[in-house]
Amino acid sequence: MSDRLILGIESSCDETGVGIVRLGQDGSLELLADEVASSVEEHARFGGVVPEVASRAHLEAMVPTMRRALDASGVELSQIHSIAVTAGPGLAGALLVGVSAAKAYAAALGKPLYGVNHLAGHVAADTLQHGALPNRCLALLVSGGHSQLLLVEGGLANSITEIGSTVDDAAGEAYDKVARLLDLPYPGGPPIDKLAQQGNGCAIAFPRGLTGPRDAKYDFSFSGLKTSVARWVERAERAGEEIPLADVAASFQEAVADVLTAKAIRAAKDLKVDTLVISGGVAANSRLSGLAAERCAEAGIELRVPRPRLCTDNGAMIAALGAHLVAAGAKPSPMDLSTTPGLPVGTVQIL
Amino acid sequence: MLVLAVDTATPAVTAGVVELAPDSPPRLLAKRVTLNAKAHGELLTPHISDCLEEAGKTYADLDAIVVGAGPGPFTGLRVGLATAAALGQALNRPVYPVATTDAIAKDAASGHPLLVATDARRKEVYWAAYDAAGRRTDGPHVERPQDLAEKLPKLGVHHATGEGAEIYRDVLGLETLSAKHPTPEGLVAAAAAEVLAKARPAALTPLYLRRPDAVEPTGRKRVTRA
Ligand SMILES: [Zn+2]
Repeated sequence: MSDRLILGIESSCDETGVGIVRLGQDGSLELLADEVASSVEEHARFGGVVPEVASRAHLEAMVPTMRRALDASGVELSQIHSIAVTAGPGLAGALLVGVSAAKAYAAALGKPLYGVNHLAGHVAADTLQHGALPNRCLALLVSGGHSQLLLVEGGLANSITEIGSTVDDAAGEAYDKVARLLDLPYPGGPPIDKLAQQGNGCAIAFPRGLTGPRDAKYDFSFSGLKTSVARWVERAERAGEEIPLADVAASFQEAVADVLTAKAIRAAKDLKVDTLVISGGVAANSRLSGLAAERCAEAGIELRVPRPRLCTDNGAMIAALGAHLVAAGAKPSPMDLSTTPGLPVGTVQIL
Repeated sequence: MLVLAVDTATPAVTAGVVELAPDSPPRLLAKRVTLNAKAHGELLTPHISDCLEEAGKTYADLDAIVVGAGPGPFTGLRVGLATAAALGQALNRPVYPVATTDAIAKDAASGHPLLVATDARRKEVYWAAYDAAGRRTDGPHVERPQDLAEKLPKLGVHHATGEGAEIYRDVLGLETLSAKHPTPEGLVAAAAAEVLAKARPAALTPLYLRRPDAVEPTGRKRVTRA
């Protein structure tokens, strides 16, 4: 059997992504195209993603983004072997645009369609850079929309189990809210990370959510942290003190990175897993990756963090996941496939 | 010419394969219509494939695609446009958007000035007015039926058609015709001149008529770096 070209389409939030991956006979993956159109700037003044604005942008961007991916790879649609598309989880109206388009491409070209899980796609993104995953590994997904600890066993096409998740805000959401509090732009991750470089992460002892002895071992909570930052700032304001913005940012960031990495390492030890993958938009955060590297080294755990471009939402990760499914001989999804905004992470593909 | 027609601007998931020749009305070869406002995303592409199969044709046989561009409630409306745009790209065929109300007016073919009103939800209708020859003279707009009713004398329409006209018949006070959701023939008829002339299609822009529901946060930002 010759190489197979897998097309991936992503539209679950505010990025329209089209990726093309070559699946080699030996199961290796090669990234041929990764085109993304983002509507993030249209959401900035609202301080968060507006679903209808995102959906409108997806419809406008779908065909041009596909065109760019085909041009960048020199591939023609007729050469595509299979099409993978994010079917969930995500924003209902946004998912619908990508799935509608993917079905039409698949039907017109007579190619198999795979409706896949966005979260599994984030883990698959790492295999584009670091190759196949070991038989068992742990994945920490952190972004504006998700914060989860996943156990991946026997490959991505086989079994993904959620062992922990946030009980309230996603990590990236906490960044956005704290950024707003500190008068920093949306999305909040990059500006807080930048400001924190000049601050002291130990200056203020913000609470570490769900780290008590009776708390869920692998779950996260960031809502209390955000409130605590707000209270601290309000108190200082009332007292007429100058707000040490860099210290607030650094101490907040330290609390987030501490909890995320501590819980991930603990889970890896408990489950006797020796590889940790960190993916999602927040994986690019310098303190999170730095602290994770330190703690993984101490614990003898191999850390894999894909480059920032692969961590954020894109079509390449969906193409990669599609390639894993095709390589594993998975059956295609039916053409009356529906979008599933609340798709659980254990469901890698909708059948 | 073999033309595919799709529309998802109303609760109907509409697909049809139509033969179009100069100087004769569009001839329907096959259609699939399901009334389910929540199933546009699931059913549209299977409906298209079924139509082609029943007509004994393939995707490659299509010469052009016509798609209803609304107005219609947001989420479902995009299914038809995303599907049509992707098909057009994959098959390298032109995609012609038409106002969904124009297609319904073609279906009604009342021979009199006509109001087409579809259900915009939120106690509003999407509407457009047509003259005796079926040309659009006003709209499409989105409005409360009570406000539309006040404009009716000036619009001079004799009848109304569409689901919105039915729901608000008492408010509008117009006799309603049976054309409710656009048919494949009506959609193709609304674009026939351009399709036959192989004209350059207009941009595939949905007729949303409403702005997205989004409010800018008003809460005071707490800290300023003044
Ligand atoms: Zn994501």
